[in-house]
Amino acid sequence: MKKLRRSMLFLPGANAAMLSTSFVYKPDSIMFDLEDAVSIKEKDSARLLVAQTLKLPVYKEHGIETVVRINALNTPFGLKDLEAVVRAGVDVVRLPMTNSAEDIHELEAHVERIEKECGRKVGSTKLMAAIESAQAVVNAVSIAKSSPRLIGIALAAFDYLVDMQTERGDGTELFYARCAVLHAARVAGIDAFDVVYSNVNDDEGFLKEVSLIKKLGYNGKSLINPRQIELLHNAYAPTASEVENAKKVVEAAEEGERKGLGVVSLNGKMIDAPIIARAQKIIELAKYSGVRKEI
Amino acid sequence: MKIQKEAMAGTLESSDLLVKVMPNTGIEIVINSDVNKQFGDQIRAVVNNTLNELNLTDGLIIIDDKGALDCAIKARVQCAVLRGAEETELDWSKLL
Amino acid sequence: MTTSINQKIADLLKQHPDLKNITPFIDANATTPYLKDESKYTRKLCESIEQAIEKCELRDGMTISFHHAFREGDKVINKVVETISKLGIKNLTLASSSLLSCNAALIPHIESGVITKIYTSGLRGKLADAISHGLMENPVHIHSHGGRVKLIQSGEINIDIAFLAVSTADEQGNANGVSGKSQCGALGYAMVDAQFAKKVVLLTEDIVSYPNHPASIRQDQVDYIVKVDEVGDPTKISVGAARITSNPRELMIARYAADVIENSGYFKDGFSIQTGSGASSTAATRFLENRMRAKNITASFALGGITASIVDLHEKGLVKRLLDTQSFDGAAGQSLGKNKDHIEVSTNVYANPASKGASVDELDIVILSALEVDLDFNVNVLTGSDGVMRGASGGHCDTAAGANLTIIVAPLIRSRIPTVIRKVTTIVTPGESVDVLVTDHGIAVNPARPEIAERLKAANLPVMTIEELYQRAIALTGEPKPIEFNDKIVGIVHFRDGSIIDVVRQVKD
Repeated sequence: MKKLRRSMLFLPGANAAMLSTSFVYKPDSIMFDLEDAVSIKEKDSARLLVAQTLKLPVYKEHGIETVVRINALNTPFGLKDLEAVVRAGVDVVRLPMTNSAEDIHELEAHVERIEKECGRKVGSTKLMAAIESAQAVVNAVSIAKSSPRLIGIALAAFDYLVDMQTERGDGTELFYARCAVLHAARVAGIDAFDVVYSNVNDDEGFLKEVSLIKKLGYNGKSLINPRQIELLHNAYAPTASEVENAKKVVEAAEEGERKGLGVVSLNGKMIDAPIIARAQKIIELAKYSGVRKEI
Repeated sequence: MKIQKEAMAGTLESSDLLVKVMPNTGIEIVINSDVNKQFGDQIRAVVNNTLNELNLTDGLIIIDDKGALDCAIKARVQCAVLRGAEETELDWSKLL
Repeated sequence: MTTSINQKIADLLKQHPDLKNITPFIDANATTPYLKDESKYTRKLCESIEQAIEKCELRDGMTISFHHAFREGDKVINKVVETISKLGIKNLTLASSSLLSCNAALIPHIESGVITKIYTSGLRGKLADAISHGLMENPVHIHSHGGRVKLIQSGEINIDIAFLAVSTADEQGNANGVSGKSQCGALGYAMVDAQFAKKVVLLTEDIVSYPNHPASIRQDQVDYIVKVDEVGDPTKISVGAARITSNPRELMIARYAADVIENSGYFKDGFSIQTGSGASSTAATRFLENRMRAKNITASFALGGITASIVDLHEKGLVKRLLDTQSFDGAAGQSLGKNKDHIEVSTNVYANPASKGASVDELDIVILSALEVDLDFNVNVLTGSDGVMRGASGGHCDTAAGANLTIIVAPLIRSRIPTVIRKVTTIVTPGESVDVLVTDHGIAVNPARPEIAERLKAANLPVMTIEELYQRAIALTGEPKPIEFNDKIVGIVHFRDGSIIDVVRQVKD
């Protein structure tokens, strides 16, 4: 099965306790933040802490992808961050404030050099771009297609909304950006991540937003509270009736194949290849995450 | 490498540690830990290893550990030493 | 008249020489002189704690008892012991139902020989530290809540004077914890002491008009009553052990615990439950509500150790009755005062294995905490992994023995300290009473309960062996070095039946 990226848990890079326990929440990806969550005077200590933490075998054992958000390359910290985390074996480097394909090309060149220097397989360090400005949203397609190392692009709302001269509300303010980023990701064949929902005590509001982005087609969402992981995974899990229906579709298709039928139908509806593929995906997801439950 | 000036790294929160370094002739290490009885030897070994890897020859290292895992101990010791030694060019192959 | 009765008695004894100790009638109030005057209304009332101690004739070597319903807010234990110390009385046995951090003030009275022996459910803070480091010549006796009653019944704890803090009392001693200013709720421990102690002294802030109701402690049990400025600070009852969490790790463990309950086979209409005072165990109640509603299940009773979250389920109609021996927070105390199906029970009814029937025997599910759990599922709730006492036996082994499903909840690692280890530092509850261990890293089921393991696996829960949990813990922390102890025994751990299950030795520093 393709790597699931429903949940990407943000962790402040300077917090030793959170770094050493966060994997128990089993997010699909953990993002160690060296940028906004770390004060200027702790940049060096957070960098070392994250680099040493990345070497714990526990992430691989749990199948959790490691991501590090480095500081922008035009700051005094960005390149040092990159040197440390590529060598420490991070799965994915997330570049903040990506405005154009050139930003990714610059990053990619440094990554390749470091990989060669430290003996890491060239190309094994994956990249992610954060879309956080009007310019970036407009350039989303070229950014998404800029490197084979890219596994996804993520919309980040805070700076983008300042740029757009608006503020966080019911989602209307993100309407265009969400659609643009998602389309860019799909054009490039990579994953799309939605913004953080920052009111951690509002489960209802969080789930409403999750429902929206799931319907749009987003792979997942950035999270700041571990408690949201279970809610998110559950919302992304297929319902029992979806699974049941998917099983019927697959059975009907298999029977059709055995009988050599060209066209298969179930309950009077024609079943074509995309429907079968979707049904197989639902069954696979249900095996992995279980069916949706009341929590 | 020598400690040139007093420096600190880390915090006193649970699962973290505070490392203080000071100029000294030769190496001297003081370790206080909440989990000293069970893990004192392991902590000392990690600290010694980390200092060796950094080629530290002179410095007083004072550690106040609140039950940190080895990876945090290593990172905090490295950071305090690099700050105290005023090292800016880092050899990552030795740090990781 | 007098001559005549004496003659009659002489005749009686002549005919029935076996009637030896008969007394001739003197007057109507020969044994109740206070009925002759107004003193009948005030005869039990004492001016001061000193006066009560003197009237009870406390002597060197006696046993005094207390309850700990005010937990960290208790204002009575330290005060009474200090008063006793000023009176120059020595060599006492202190039998408090438990002792907490607030009792550090007892240390000088132990050093000076006022208290030379202690029975308690647990020890915390500086007092625990000092005793673990050899403060006392005699080891402290640790008992469970049910086990304490057994020790009292069997005479091992022989209470001479019980000093019992109550919220209100009338002039005869009818007393409760649910009225007045400083309320502690249930008086489950005090009810036992009032029944068994030779002398019973009530300390109260408020003497109310006769008859006080409800009477958790009844007038026929009470010798003296002292009005004091304060008996306890109810806001501190829920400090420490009983708290509501927002910690995501504790919430995650709580959710797993609720998952375990839901899929254990015991989640049926009319089930019963006790949740301990730990953060995750209290939080598990919150997750049960939705599951109970979804499956249209209500509980017949909750036992404990009652908390605000259990009261909430009761008031929503999801738990029919509450059996309460100790109210863990203000909401529980208030509920006991107003809800008719919130019922106060003594610790004898609650958990004594030697009583004619203990409520724990009726219990389906209990959720309990742990400091350490070993590969045989033995649980330590008393000593930290540094060997120092810092907890309490409480109702742990009582409920674990009684319940059909005993669930232990604990984080796998606390800072660098693994909870699952090869051998617990101190056994309080034997592994045979423990069915499931729920940690943030996974769930282990006692191999003695394979049917439960199957049900949990079928529900897609992360079931692992306890050995796997142990390996996972030490992969992160490293293998802890065994603690070094001196030979001196500083604590004796009683199982609920009074037998000795373990000892605590003095830690080496």
